[in-house]
Amino acid sequence: MTIAVQSAKPPREIREITAWDRLKVNKNWLGAWFMLPAAAFLILFLAYPLGLGVWLSFTDARLGRDGVFVGFENYVFLSDDPIFWLSVFNTILYTSVASIIKFAIGLYLALLLNENLPFKALIRAIVLIPFIVPTVLSAIAFWWLFDPQFSIISWTLKHWGLIDQNINFLGDVWNARWSVIFANIWRGVPFVAITLLAGLQTVSPSLYEAATIDGASTWQRFRFITYPLLTPIIAVVMTFSVLFTFTDFQLIWVMTRGGPVNATHLMATFSYQRAIMSGYLGEGAAISTAMIPFLLGAIMVSWFGLQRRKWQQGGDND
Amino acid sequence: MTDVLAEKAARPQRVIAQDAVADHSEGMSYLHSLPRRLVTLYLPLGIILFVLLFPFYWMALTSVKPDEQLLDMDTYSPFWTWSPTLKHITKLLFDTQYPTWLWNTMLVATCATALSIFASVLAAYAIVRLRFRGATVTGGLIFLAYLVPPSILFIPLSTVVFQYGLFDTPFALILTYPTILIPFSTWLLMGYFKTIPFELEECALMDGASRWQILIKIVLPLAVPGLISAFIFCFTLCWNEFIYALTFISTSSYKTVPVAIVTALVDGDVYRWGSLMAGALIGSLPLVILYAFFVEHYVSAMTGAVKE
Repeated sequence: MTIAVQSAKPPREIREITAWDRLKVNKNWLGAWFMLPAAAFLILFLAYPLGLGVWLSFTDARLGRDGVFVGFENYVFLSDDPIFWLSVFNTILYTSVASIIKFAIGLYLALLLNENLPFKALIRAIVLIPFIVPTVLSAIAFWWLFDPQFSIISWTLKHWGLIDQNINFLGDVWNARWSVIFANIWRGVPFVAITLLAGLQTVSPSLYEAATIDGASTWQRFRFITYPLLTPIIAVVMTFSVLFTFTDFQLIWVMTRGGPVNATHLMATFSYQRAIMSGYLGEGAAISTAMIPFLLGAIMVSWFGLQRRKWQQGGDND
Repeated sequence: MTDVLAEKAARPQRVIAQDAVADHSEGMSYLHSLPRRLVTLYLPLGIILFVLLFPFYWMALTSVKPDEQLLDMDTYSPFWTWSPTLKHITKLLFDTQYPTWLWNTMLVATCATALSIFASVLAAYAIVRLRFRGATVTGGLIFLAYLVPPSILFIPLSTVVFQYGLFDTPFALILTYPTILIPFSTWLLMGYFKTIPFELEECALMDGASRWQILIKIVLPLAVPGLISAFIFCFTLCWNEFIYALTFISTSSYKTVPVAIVTALVDGDVYRWGSLMAGALIGSLPLVILYAFFVEHYVSAMTGAVKE
């Protein structure tokens, strides 16, 4: 209500400021309304199920039947189940091997893309494509590439005279493990590479020039300039990478369904099998809940392990 | 302190990047001779690009190869075909429910994305600009929600969906996908909103605009790039989602493309590969086209969310 407006029109009666008027501009009141839609979704479909999951793991619930409280029975049962421990082993193997290789290749690719290249933008766009295409659909392509009879990889290797027989990619225990790990790496490298590239582009080239003048080798330039400046972003990227690899479900489910003889069952696929396919909701929930400590541990390691360097340098976060 | 950091993170780093490129080309690149670059740069890059792209080539090739060439690798060269056929694609489009699945995916992705963007815009604005009591804590909680993976949630969520009476309806997906999308897009939009000068808002407040008007007329038009980024990324995440769709939907005509391909299209037939690959190819095309138009937004969404 500016003065100009008031003088132009017949003067309005000045109204008492009511409690309602005060409420309408109250930050907390407005904030609560603005937060309402997001909070509703997250509480109803995230926080509540998360709590419910922990509760279910202490019951003997089945599909379509509420369970009763049975204490730690599910956990005791699982701790005697060799398949459960196999799935834990597989998950740890899958996560550690895939994450380390994804990081190595991703960083290497980021360094390559940071060079002065023709068609740089186009190449960067192409690199990201495996990340855009839905995992399930690319997993199906890998399923076909790893076919026991008609695999093009076996065909090529046979043609070159390197092998005599087709490789049984998904039928043999260790072959299957390496095959799914390969597919996971293939899918994860673009994400790591592109995010690290964004970090690399913020490193000032004058630092490299100064180091070169001081006689630093390529390796020293990487070790003492690139790596320290990149650590914060590496920490974040690797935390996410570990998180998504650890809880992976799609790739395994499409390519092997946990087989052969449970050799590629991750905890996520195993919990799906127990809870949804066999109907033992309580047990499945116990497996999911058992993932949480592992998950927190993995996140802690990659987060704090890499963040510590940042504190040592006392630098700020960019 | 945090504001300075946020500004640094969200302000176009492209400017810095371009400087870096310009510097680099005049700087030390004269130290590298062409043969050296060939071995240390182009060769490894070529190999990596080949591995990254080969599955797509194979997918495309398989979907247009006639059946007999697919399985007979000795008479015909497996790497190329001189007699492409549209048989697999027509079979997919007219003999299966593929168009329905495509439509379902599109519908679910669009609705879930719209809902999430709406909720995230409000939440991000409230956290960044209203600064109500507990705003920082709320921001932290939303980030934590981002770290909760769907594969831990799907078992209890299936009973919840059942309790709410949503089981085996598209609403089961439309209402659960936002739990994956809201944390991400809120976090992304918070970064964008922080870069909008506070003075603009103060002016509007002086002129008597309500918070709602400020959001609609001032903040949102300035945050369009952020909105596009959030929209594209959410859409891609929806399209990619698998485990909820697999668990909550059992009627074939409600399925989304990824689930339908795995459950309904995979039959015992030896000749299934052509139509499977065609299905995978057509299922990824919409995303790839969308991506081709908005590469920059996509990259900034991905790196922005990580950097914040």
